[in-house]
Amino acid sequence: MTLLINRFSKKYSAITAVFLFVLFAFTYSVKAENNAEVTNQLDSLTTKMVTESEKVAEEVTGHHETEEEKFNTSEVIMEHIADAHDWHLWGHTSIHLPVIVYTDKGFECFSSGKFEHGHAIYQGANYNYKIVKHPGEQKERIKVVDANGNIDEVASASVIDLSITKNIASLLFSVVVLLIMFISIANGYKKRGIGAPKGLGSWLEPIIIFVRDDIARPNLGDQYHRFMPYLLTVFFFIWFNNTLGLIPFFPGGANLTGNIAVTMVLALFTLIITNINGTKTYWGHVFTPHVPLWLYPLVIPVEIIGLFTKPFALMVRLFANITAGHILVLSLICLIFIFKTVAVAGVSVPFVVFISVIEMLVAFIQAFIFTILSALYIGMALEKPSHNNDHH
Amino acid sequence: MELVTPSLGLVVWSTLSFLILMFLLTKFAWKPITAAPKEREESIEGALKQAEIAREQMQALKNDNERLLNEARAERDRLLKEAGEMKDQILAKAKNDAKAEGDKMIAAAKDAIEREKLTAMNQLKTQVAILSVEMAEKVLRKQLEDRAQQEAFVNDTIKSITVN
Repeated sequence: MTLLINRFSKKYSAITAVFLFVLFAFTYSVKAENNAEVTNQLDSLTTKMVTESEKVAEEVTGHHETEEEKFNTSEVIMEHIADAHDWHLWGHTSIHLPVIVYTDKGFECFSSGKFEHGHAIYQGANYNYKIVKHPGEQKERIKVVDANGNIDEVASASVIDLSITKNIASLLFSVVVLLIMFISIANGYKKRGIGAPKGLGSWLEPIIIFVRDDIARPNLGDQYHRFMPYLLTVFFFIWFNNTLGLIPFFPGGANLTGNIAVTMVLALFTLIITNINGTKTYWGHVFTPHVPLWLYPLVIPVEIIGLFTKPFALMVRLFANITAGHILVLSLICLIFIFKTVAVAGVSVPFVVFISVIEMLVAFIQAFIFTILSALYIGMALEKPSHNNDHH
Repeated sequence: MELVTPSLGLVVWSTLSFLILMFLLTKFAWKPITAAPKEREESIEGALKQAEIAREQMQALKNDNERLLNEARAERDRLLKEAGEMKDQILAKAKNDAKAEGDKMIAAAKDAIEREKLTAMNQLKTQVAILSVEMAEKVLRKQLEDRAQQEAFVNDTIKSITVN
């Protein structure tokens, strides 16, 4: 592993450094900015700060009391599964990721640190913004507010949140890692020609061959090479992000492939690739099915719905499997807090390890299932006209 | 409900990221990565085929060699046999020739001896004749010393001639 990192850091230190720099620079520059602001406006804020601090103190004590009263398991779990505008590392340290909002007055970009975890209002160039959570939800919504913190629902409706959230940062990280991994393997192949691969390549080649021989070829026949780039990308993207999500600390831990938006995008890709490659026979099954004419009003809508149910199932399957895994692990950890004794850790930690190992298997299996079903659907769309028409 | 509500930002960013990832990987990674194992498989297949061909050629060569060896062995046996026969023939011929030559030499020697013997006999006969005539002369000279005896002898001789 160290060897691997060394090799990467030698070759791609620049890229990795830039990526990490962007992440961290944002955090620290923002902190510095905050400090400067505070010193400059110290005088004007003195009076205000007294009342603010009182308010904060109240909030903290109030919060503390509720925590003592009842530990809200579902809230904790949902908070971990949901997306966030900053990446919590440990204790009170978190990476403030950039917020990008598009409103009717244009783009605005600032650090999520300005929100101070939802406690503060950020005065943007166009509007004032605040993070709001709906009651019973953990999803952070950026709303337009006035100076007093009252939500302006009309202006908020135009806000499009394109922030680099925790999931998106994780997504970008995985993209960078996947690029480094596979481009380095590709360079290895270029260097060694047809010789046996070494290092990472020797580990990944059997998996690439597996995707080719057990996923692409059986379903796509002689046209498999056209879809290999998509299948390989989707397979490794899902597998890597599934696995990354199982790592509980930075840069893992984001529930990316357990997010319905991501699985929806992946399923949409399969839907689009399937249907733009649809042959005459494939569309014939949809619009001129081999049933009596009077059944057409019933069968054609069913067939059209069928076009969408297949990728929809892909979307839900991946989302549900990965989210379920996260919830399971978090629930087992929460047992410690529910029973309020460390002794429970003796039971729940081994269980978490056990479930995590299973989840590693699930991570692979779900990537495999998504890819093989995508290949299957694309293969169905490539169907050639056959003389035997009564197989339906 | 929040779990199953896709957020627009994530949809936009993941679409963008995935497209970029797929584009870059297709351009820079998947082509060499999928081409290399394919080429390797093809080269291995080719090597196996060639090995099979070489094996067959080897087998053919071996068969050829064996055949040649057998032929050579047969040839050698034949040659040896022929050589043996030739030896016998040569020996026999030599023996016959030697015998014929000996016989010839013996015959020649015999002839020579016979000739020498004849010559010797003839010389002996001539010698004997000469000696006989000399003796007869001496005897006659002794008998015919007186005139009367000479006349008697001539008469006898004439008489005998008349009888003839």
